[in-house]
Amino acid sequence: MSARPLALSSRIPQGFAHAGLLWPSLGVILVFMVAPIAIMLTYSFLVPGAYGGVEWTFSTAAYEQILFERDFLDDSLTFTPDYLIIVARSLIQATVATLLCLVISVPTAYYIATRSDRVKNIWLFLITIPYWVNLLIRTIALLFVLRDDGPINSALLDVGVIGQPLALSYNGFAISLGLIYSFLPFMVLPLYSAFERFDFRLLEAAYDLYASRRVAFFRIVLPVMRPGLIAGSLLVFIPSVGSYLAPDILGGGKTLMIGNLIGTQFQAARNWPFGAALSMILLTITLIVLLWLARRAAQQQRSN
Amino acid sequence: MSTARLRDLRVFPGFGLLSVGCVVFLYAPIVVLAIYSFNDGRSVTRWAGFSLRWYQTVFANQNIQTAAMNSVVIAVIAASVATVFALGAAIATVNGKKGGGEGAYVVLTFPLMVPEIVTAVASLVFFVAVGISLGFATILIAHIVFCIPFAYLPIKARLESMDATLPSAAADLYASPAKGFLRITLPLLVPGLVSGWLLAFIISLDDFIITALVAGPGATTLPLHIYGMLRLGMTPEVNAISTLMLAASTVLVLISGLLGQAGRKH
Repeated sequence: MSARPLALSSRIPQGFAHAGLLWPSLGVILVFMVAPIAIMLTYSFLVPGAYGGVEWTFSTAAYEQILFERDFLDDSLTFTPDYLIIVARSLIQATVATLLCLVISVPTAYYIATRSDRVKNIWLFLITIPYWVNLLIRTIALLFVLRDDGPINSALLDVGVIGQPLALSYNGFAISLGLIYSFLPFMVLPLYSAFERFDFRLLEAAYDLYASRRVAFFRIVLPVMRPGLIAGSLLVFIPSVGSYLAPDILGGGKTLMIGNLIGTQFQAARNWPFGAALSMILLTITLIVLLWLARRAAQQQRSN
Repeated sequence: MSTARLRDLRVFPGFGLLSVGCVVFLYAPIVVLAIYSFNDGRSVTRWAGFSLRWYQTVFANQNIQTAAMNSVVIAVIAASVATVFALGAAIATVNGKKGGGEGAYVVLTFPLMVPEIVTAVASLVFFVAVGISLGFATILIAHIVFCIPFAYLPIKARLESMDATLPSAAADLYASPAKGFLRITLPLLVPGLVSGWLLAFIISLDDFIITALVAGPGATTLPLHIYGMLRLGMTPEVNAISTLMLAASTVLVLISGLLGQAGRKH
């Protein structure tokens, strides 16, 4: 891209116009997004106020609370894994969702990318619609199907395959399915655009050198796809870890993930510092994953 | 090598079947939900004949109408403000890469990197801390913030693929800067602006968790209202209103798809 300025800025002093164009967006994000997160970081080191809010006393109690429970009488700390389990569950659920999305999306994206242009557009359109449909509605739709008296269980009961409804909803399984259902299009679309650019002569060369289909796919196609695989995984993993709706609606509020735990601290539980500390942990996990994947992508590019 | 052989070599057995399975998985729940919205029974399980009665209930409900109106007004304002801001930011970042370009890009895409629930609670805490009372205004501010990157990215992409010599050519032909921008740059940017606006509009309409935390007691949007209905159990009204939203999303995707195709033909 050339550094030539657009006509707009050619008479107005350069730096001035530049700032005038850039700062409304930057300002809004800095004030209403970056500053709130700085406030959250501060609050995570304070103590909860009596009716929500905070009191200005420095404390690391909010972070300790994740691992320990403070005894009311003698103030001693005992290790309690309850919150740690919720954090671990969030990471496991997100990892499982990402891996299963990969398993479903790689063949799907490959198949779509190798269709003729007209057929390709129809497939892409079919994948894109759910991507744009309201997430709350899609989660409700999944609950509708999985409920004890939903169509799947009713049909199975009518046929007589089962005597009692299968427990498809309000558990960990429903949350997993919900996360995959929510974020599957986020994986298919970037993988598709990666496969689109794939040079199929590489595949031909592999076959000429007597590679089997399996070897050709795993040793030739997938390695070249790495940046696409990384981008897709990121787009599924990050919203999954902090997901609120899937565990809330499909988990029935019983099987919590970190997103719900955070939400509760600002609604019913009213422990803002604890909620802020959990938010900082979730944000840190997200940023670590982002940086790690960005670095791998950069290394990949250098080695190519 | 013949193209037929090349095509044959690309085929991996089972991939087609999996792709069909993937699409069925994505559509089955929403299709079933939509079908049951036309069910005549109170029960959401047994089919009792075709009926539009749940749609009549939904359309007669004053609260749903208010919530829907709020959603649309917020989405239109948020998407429009975000698009105007993002247009400025895109022009500034694409042209002036001399310094701070990287930093500006990180800030502009920052809302995409923060988990939604963290944005939600951080916004709540911020509004309470600075003393802005929760309601319509706080929803609007929060929506503008998270809409900016969604509007910014398509506009930036369009600007980068644009021929940078065209505005200079306009200037060489004695067009004033303002005229050059209005007659050359802006028309060329229209596809980027439209897709940025539509994306921001849908993202705003879609949002639940951020809105839920910054809404306060009085204000409501359609997703908040539906969530509230769901607390009382799965009712046919939930199916009907959900189906209406499904239809609205599909129409929007169709419009943006058609606009995109029209844009490519030019």
